[in-house]
Amino acid sequence: MSAILELQGVKKAFGAVVVADDQSWSLQPGEALGVLGPNGAGKTSMFNLVTGTLSTDAGTIRLDGQDITGWSAAKRCRAGIARSFQVPQPFAHMTVFENAYVAATQGAGLSGRAAEAHCLDVLDRTGLVAKSNVQAGGLTLLERKRLELSRALCAKPRVILLDEIAGGLTENECQSLIQTIRDVHATGVSIVWIEHVVHALLAVVSRLMVIDFGRKIAEGEPQAIMQSREVKEIYLGIEADA
Amino acid sequence: MSLSVTRRTRLSTAWLFVLVPIVILLIAAPWWAGRADLRLMGEIALYMSLAVLWNLLAGYAGLVSVGQQAYVGFGGYLFFALTMLAGLHPFAALPLVVLAGFVISAPVAVLIFRLRGAYFAIGTWVVAEVFRLSFAQISSLGGGSGTSLSPSIVRSLADGRDAREAVAWWLALGAGMLVIGAVVWLLRSRQGVALTAIRDNELAARSLGIDIWRTKFTVYVVVSGLTALIGALIFLQKLRISPDAAFSANDWTAFVIFIVVIGGIGTLEGPILGTLVFFALRETLADLGTLYLIALGVVAIVIMLFAPRGLWGFLRDRWGVELFPLSRRVSGLAKKEA
Repeated sequence: MSAILELQGVKKAFGAVVVADDQSWSLQPGEALGVLGPNGAGKTSMFNLVTGTLSTDAGTIRLDGQDITGWSAAKRCRAGIARSFQVPQPFAHMTVFENAYVAATQGAGLSGRAAEAHCLDVLDRTGLVAKSNVQAGGLTLLERKRLELSRALCAKPRVILLDEIAGGLTENECQSLIQTIRDVHATGVSIVWIEHVVHALLAVVSRLMVIDFGRKIAEGEPQAIMQSREVKEIYLGIEADA
Repeated sequence: MSLSVTRRTRLSTAWLFVLVPIVILLIAAPWWAGRADLRLMGEIALYMSLAVLWNLLAGYAGLVSVGQQAYVGFGGYLFFALTMLAGLHPFAALPLVVLAGFVISAPVAVLIFRLRGAYFAIGTWVVAEVFRLSFAQISSLGGGSGTSLSPSIVRSLADGRDAREAVAWWLALGAGMLVIGAVVWLLRSRQGVALTAIRDNELAARSLGIDIWRTKFTVYVVVSGLTALIGALIFLQKLRISPDAAFSANDWTAFVIFIVVIGGIGTLEGPILGTLVFFALRETLADLGTLYLIALGVVAIVIMLFAPRGLWGFLRDRWGVELFPLSRRVSGLAKKEA
């Protein structure tokens, strides 16, 4: 089976700060991949490179075999890559429904009743439908995160990139979010998920990747990765030869 | 699920019932208003159009141009050239002015869109100056000192002075309604949804599939073409054109920015309300000379301090009012929860 998303030798640096150092990895259709790494490791930058809000210095990015490295962010979204932002980026003076409607009409290319029905369906699944007429600027943090997810889903993605969507949530909120993401995964959408809330991540993903200083330092089956030296070093601060 | 999406609110429907008689009353103005009032109302309609257009540009597309006088002057001059030099009837010249506005603004957009923020603003001003200096070179249009519309062309509008004043008013009113109608239509379309999203958050807009450059380009070209039309009508009303008057940054940009900012930038109703406030101030304070401009400045400062989103922004944040049905509301929510 060929990869739906594939990075090959992707590099990006801001002066001396390297955010992506010769990164190569791929995502299979229908797969859910988790990404771990300390703050500043280059996880969000990796998403920016994949979605096209940041341009690469070198390397290629492929979606479904097609080279999309030179594509604009908008074109990549219309081709099926959607994301949620770590720091929510709502259209603050538009309602929740209108936020979703932007994604459905622009990202998914729907129009009229089909777009409206799709938005209502997604908002119903993400639990935001009751807030449809509320201005997005007035939402709570949890609601803003749900809005990020809703908008990404309204764009009808084939690959969805989730950036720390569970951070800052209570245990109950987190459980319902996990269920929502599982449901999305069950519909066949491929997922890449950056998350520090490890138990949430492990409840969904089938493979883990660890990133530090812009480099992929480990990749594999979740339990094995969690037991690995690299992860313990990063999260628990254990010396390599201790 | 019994949810549905509607755009009408009770207020916007009520507004429609108020709007229709107002429009009929305005169309009938030549029968109830004096000549001076008619001219003033024509000027208000044209300023309102400029404000609505600039608001679309700056308030929605984030293109803060201080050079829209380029298209006011371009439209005015082209109208004079088409009627006096090419011998076209004024009614035939007006659509051509709009088309020429589209055509000339497209390459300008490609050029100045390379600039960002303050550089973009300065770039638009430079373009306006280039336009002014270019038109001042055309000796058949009076060069630097300008020219007057020949009486035969004025007479071709209608017989008799009153009839001509009425035609000029209907043209101004028609242009105003065309501009407001076009903007309402644009904002209700998919392009408009994209535009509103860009207004709120460009990063998210890009990531959700909106081609920002193309959206802004479309807005710039449409706004510029319609601004040229308004320019043509302004100088049809004035009957005289000169480079300094046609490309005046004060008259066609500074006052327009004042109107939009006090009325409420980024709202459709804001520039309309702002125009009425501006003319109310002008008509009551104009006799004070320099004090009038000082008063305008004080009004602008006070509104910025107490209602930073302008008068309409203040009203909308407070009561959620919206006269033109632009936003989409989901109805049937209460039923679903119960």
